[in-house]
Formats: sequence, C-alpha cells, structure tokens
Amino acid sequence: MQLTNRSKVVSNKVQSTTEKMYLPGILKGMIITGSHLFKRKATVKYPDELRPIASVYRGQHVLKLDENGAERCTACGLCAVSCPAEAITMESAERKKGEEGLYREEKYASTYEINMLRCIFCGLCEEACPKEAIFLTDRIVDVEYEREDFIYGKDKLVEKINKRIDVSKRQTKEVAEFKKLPGLKHNEVWSGKQINKEKH
Amino acid sequence: MKVTIDGIEIDVPKGTTILQAARLIGPEVAPPAMCYYTKLKTSGGYCRTCIVKVTQGSTANPNPMPKPVASCRTEVMDGMVVQNYTSPEIVEARKGVVEFLLMNHPLDCPVCDQAGECKLQDLGYENGSAKTRYEFKRREYEVIDIGDKIKLHMTRCILCYRCVKTAEQITDGRVHGVMHRGDAAEISTYIENVIDNDFSGNVIDVCPVGALTDKTFRFKQRVWFTKPVDAHRNCTKCSGKTRVWLKGEEVVRVTARKDQWDEVEEFICNSCRYDHKKTSDWVIEGPSQIQRNSVISQNHYNHLNELKLKVLKQQKALGFIPIDKKP
Repeated sequence: MQLTNRSKVVSNKVQSTTEKMYLPGILKGMIITGSHLFKRKATVKYPDELRPIASVYRGQHVLKLDENGAERCTACGLCAVSCPAEAITMESAERKKGEEGLYREEKYASTYEINMLRCIFCGLCEEACPKEAIFLTDRIVDVEYEREDFIYGKDKLVEKINKRIDVSKRQTKEVAEFKKLPGLKHNEVWSGKQINKEKH
Repeated sequence: MKVTIDGIEIDVPKGTTILQAARLIGPEVAPPAMCYYTKLKTSGGYCRTCIVKVTQGSTANPNPMPKPVASCRTEVMDGMVVQNYTSPEIVEARKGVVEFLLMNHPLDCPVCDQAGECKLQDLGYENGSAKTRYEFKRREYEVIDIGDKIKLHMTRCILCYRCVKTAEQITDGRVHGVMHRGDAAEISTYIENVIDNDFSGNVIDVCPVGALTDKTFRFKQRVWFTKPVDAHRNCTKCSGKTRVWLKGEEVVRVTARKDQWDEVEEFICNSCRYDHKKTSDWVIEGPSQIQRNSVISQNHYNHLNELKLKVLKQQKALGFIPIDKKP
C-alpha cells in the first residue's frame, strides 16, 4: 500500500573495484579536511577571546535602580503577563513610611523571580515594563550545578548601587523623550518632600 | 416608541433613555458610561462620556438637537434618530471628554489595584488619544482610609458620584459625600465618620476607577493573575451570590457579580466581602464569564472552544479543507 507519493526506491547497487579499494574516497575526505586548515576558524578561544555581540543582545536581566538608588519596579505584573514562557513570578508589598529612598513608588516587589531555564530571552518583559525597571543586558547567564540556582531572585537581578549596569543603548529615543514630559507623576523623582498641596 | 440608533431600529417603552435603548441593541452601539449606573437612582449626567448626537428629535419635530446630549439622561421620543459611533463629531467630542477626565488622573495604573478591570482604562484605550497635552501639576491628595476596609485614592477619582449614590440608596444613613466644588471637589466621609454599614463595601464595586479599593486585597495580586469563579454561601444579610477571585486555592478577593455593562447584579454585604476568605466558606459554581478582550481572561482557557469554532468558521469561509479530510 502506498501511503504517500514521496517514498524512494532503495537501490542495492554492487560496488565497483575502485570503490571497494576506498582509496579515492579517503583521498577525497583528506582534501576536504585539509582545505579547512586554510579557512577562517569557526571557533574562538572563549573565555580569553569573546565573540562580538550586538549592542541590543538579550542576555541576563537587570532590575534597575533610579537616580536616587530606589528600586524602579512596582510589581505591576505586566512583565509576567507578557512573558510567553511564564518565567516571571512576583509578590508585591506596600512601601512603609521611611522607605521612600528604597522604593520609588508606594508599591514594590517584595519577591521577584525569573526562572532562567524557562526564560527564552525574547525581551517582551522589557518591552512591557512601564517603569523602565527591567532590561535585558549583554551579560550571559552563569552556569550552575543545581536547577534551583537558575531561579534568580532579587539578590541577583537588582543592580548594585555602586555597580550600575549601563542600559542606555537599549532605551529608545521615544521613551527618552516621553520621560522628559513635564506633569507626568511617574516621571518625577522622589526628592524627600511630602505632598505640598494645601488643604482646601 | 421607535428609535433608531446608529441605523439600527428598536422598539422601546416610553420613559426609556437613549443609553438604555442602545444597550438593548448591544455593545456595538451602546455608548460608554462612567457615572450612570442602572441600579442607582438619579445617577448619570456627570461624566459626559455617553454623549450622542440626536439628528432627529422625533417624528413630530424632526429638527436635530443643537448640541450633543447625555444619553443616560435623555429619554427617547417616537421616531428619534440617534448617532453614536457613526458620527465623527461625537467620536471627536468623546475624545475630548476622555482627555478632560484624564487631566488630573495620576496614571499610576502599574500601582493601582483596579488596573485590568478599570473602566477609565478601557475608555482611554477605546476613545482617547495616547498622548497628553496637559503640562501642569496634577492635583494631589493624601491616601486616606474610609473605615478600616476601604482605601480612598482621591487622585484617581473622576467624581462620578456613584459611591455617594450607593451610600445614599443602598446603605441607611449616608456618611459619605462630596465636599467642595470644581477642581477642589473631593469624596469625603465628613468629620472622619467611618462607614460601618453592612453594605458599605459596595462602593468599591461601583467605583469605575481605582479611587475606592478593598484594603483586604490591597497590593495582594494583579487581577489578571487571579481566577474569577461564581460562588455562593448562605448569608443572612444578602443573597450570598458573589464572585470569588482565586489564586491557586486561596481566595484573594470577593466581589459582587457584574453583568455585561460592568454593573453589579446584586449588592453583597461586608461580611461576605471581607470576612470569608477561605475556599471552604464558598460553594463554587463555576468559572465566571469574563469578556474575551479583558486582560482577566488572559491565560484562562474558558474561551478556547469559542475561539476554535471561530477559526473553523473562518477556515471554511476561506475554503480550507481540514487536514484529516484531505484526499
């Protein structure tokens, strides 16, 4: 019975004497191997030498701090809902009085986890983020021995205050311009003063 | 009475408003409404989002009305012809209304608990422009507690008066009103009176924005990560029919059931809303009907069958042959 018309007839051809000697075949193979000696190498001597990568390479994530060192993330959940691999989970908490220097807005992520094994580095979280908090960087995710170690928490994701990570190349011109708009509350930086509106 | 809205004719009884008539036809012609609430008397007429153009007043007087009218407050006349989305003038005017509503709005949706089920968000996306022209400082208020279960973010309020009407009509003894005027108007429980009425929690449900939010749900979860199910329990104070929002096995929030127009079907009591946060308290009936375009239906697969049928219908229309029926 013929299921499809793509089947091939298998030949059972008897080899000729020259073919049985294998020498021409070996010679042919050696020429191919030898020719590769004069070609450009396909490998680099990692980690001494690094491959050039694009400035918009999507590697390990970073949770940015703002100019004052407060966390930008407000746990709005847009990264998690946009994530096609469902790699992001978070829990939110309310900022207490006196923590204004730590967290930019009244809500913050008390836990924020990205499972690097699930992550496909598509960058949709970065695109969805309304607070410019999460960015993908040109860093490569480290090798680990245990699967649990690939679940990155805030300790690994939030950038260190004295070791900022430059993401300026990833910010689009439109976003940079939008940020300059006056009158948008979320563009204001907390400057230590309380609500200044007089009571009516 | 015969009335034509966006070219669709419908017969409605006397005393029906244009908005109600449009809702009878369906969501494709119904104007959005921020302040009008079917179950609250004298609501409507504040927000102007439901404006429509009346091109013919009635059969007796076929003159058009000179200005756009608020459809929630205008009753139909026999032979009235109304334009809503088909009138470019109305679409433009509504865009202006949305811009005004958003003028003092802080746009703190990433923080706000209402995000995902907020009528102002929907209105902004559907009828507004993506950019703001407003450059001045927006009004600011401190976040205050109304009672121990409700948070008031006055910055987000659009002054729709729904909560005031609820306090007036659903609960007995109003402790909740609007003070001051114009730009300085604010919702207030005057002289720090707390709402301790059994049905006071309903102001959360009627609020179209995130001005009044549930403190027991505050910052717990984003609504689109929770799963709404219809549930009931025996309650001596109210019908006990509610919508329970689950995260895994945990009840994160209890609200009243809402209909197609995002209006509460039956008001529920505070005890159901705040005090029964265990799955064992509820008899779960099944998943709630959530509109497909809502972010809440994200990652919930209730609508897959509907989608499948739609795809099959499209394929049939395009002349696709199903893979198992190919020769």
